[in-house]
Amino acid sequence: MQRILVLLPILVVIVLGGFFLWGLNPERDPNAIPSALVSKQAPTFDLGPIDGVESPGLKTADLSAAGEPVVINVFASWCVPCRAEHKVLTRLTRQEGFPLYGINYKDKPEDARKWLAELGNPYGRIGSDETGRAGIEWGISGVPETFVVDASGKVVWRYVGPIATEQSQDDLRAALAAARGEAGS
Amino acid sequence: MRQLLAALLIVAATAAAAVEPDEILDDPVLEARAREISRDIRCVVCQNEPIDSSNAGVARDLRILIRERLVEGDSDDEVRQYLVDRYGDYVLFKPPFKPATYALWLAPFALLGLGAVAVGAVFRRRKTAAGAAGLSADDEARVDALMARYGQDNDRKDG
Repeated sequence: MQRILVLLPILVVIVLGGFFLWGLNPERDPNAIPSALVSKQAPTFDLGPIDGVESPGLKTADLSAAGEPVVINVFASWCVPCRAEHKVLTRLTRQEGFPLYGINYKDKPEDARKWLAELGNPYGRIGSDETGRAGIEWGISGVPETFVVDASGKVVWRYVGPIATEQSQDDLRAALAAARGEAGS
Repeated sequence: MRQLLAALLIVAATAAAAVEPDEILDDPVLEARAREISRDIRCVVCQNEPIDSSNAGVARDLRILIRERLVEGDSDDEVRQYLVDRYGDYVLFKPPFKPATYALWLAPFALLGLGAVAVGAVFRRRKTAAGAAGLSADDEARVDALMARYGQDNDRKDG
């Protein structure tokens, strides 16, 4: 019994040391917000189009109607990083050929119209979320945020912040490839 | 006097919540429940602030949402579950007790238990060690004799 107790402090040090080592890992981002949505079905929402914009509105059924993975981008005209991201998303949409759907979060229709007229409209569909209710359904903490939804309507990837860095673009490509692979097998 | 009043007002102002007048429900009971819930819900933008005292847009939306659900007749737990379904356990300041959080909740008690076992073992060993090193009958007699002399010496000094 006492021999076992001698090992106790060593055991405690090993457990604590392991925990501290995990905490020191530079890959770990303590500010990362865990998403409750990933690997679940996309939330229920039904948004009308932005007044005066050609793109039709967006609702839950549209996500799986495409029969392939789709990218959902939450954006707003008042959001500065969205501007930086817009160009990248437009280019990626052209290169990768995925359907890009937008949720226009807490925006005035006239501002959104102006913004899209100025920067271009890469979105196949845009839902106008003036109240921010759909944003809550998606569990977003701010704009921009981007999701990949697979062909069955399941959310498989979430990214908080603008898709502007090489890393985030690679992550998006990888998530799309994975979603396509799963649908194919 | 005026300065004191100003100081009091400043203190009162910081203690006030971010709840705006147009959000407050007419029913004081429901409003109290809404305040109670929103004190334990994390603002997802300003992460260490409850939505009750946060001025962020999302916090306001969530406060209004909580009040809407309460008016529709949801229980407190249903409202919390509604938010957890969308934002995860992360929105709760107090993590729920479930298999994934057993380590979190039980680790302090487990460590306390280990400490108690260790302390108990040390005391038991000390007791047995003291018993083994006890004095023989001869030694006890010598100690008694010495103590008696010591007492006599003291008596003589006092006298």
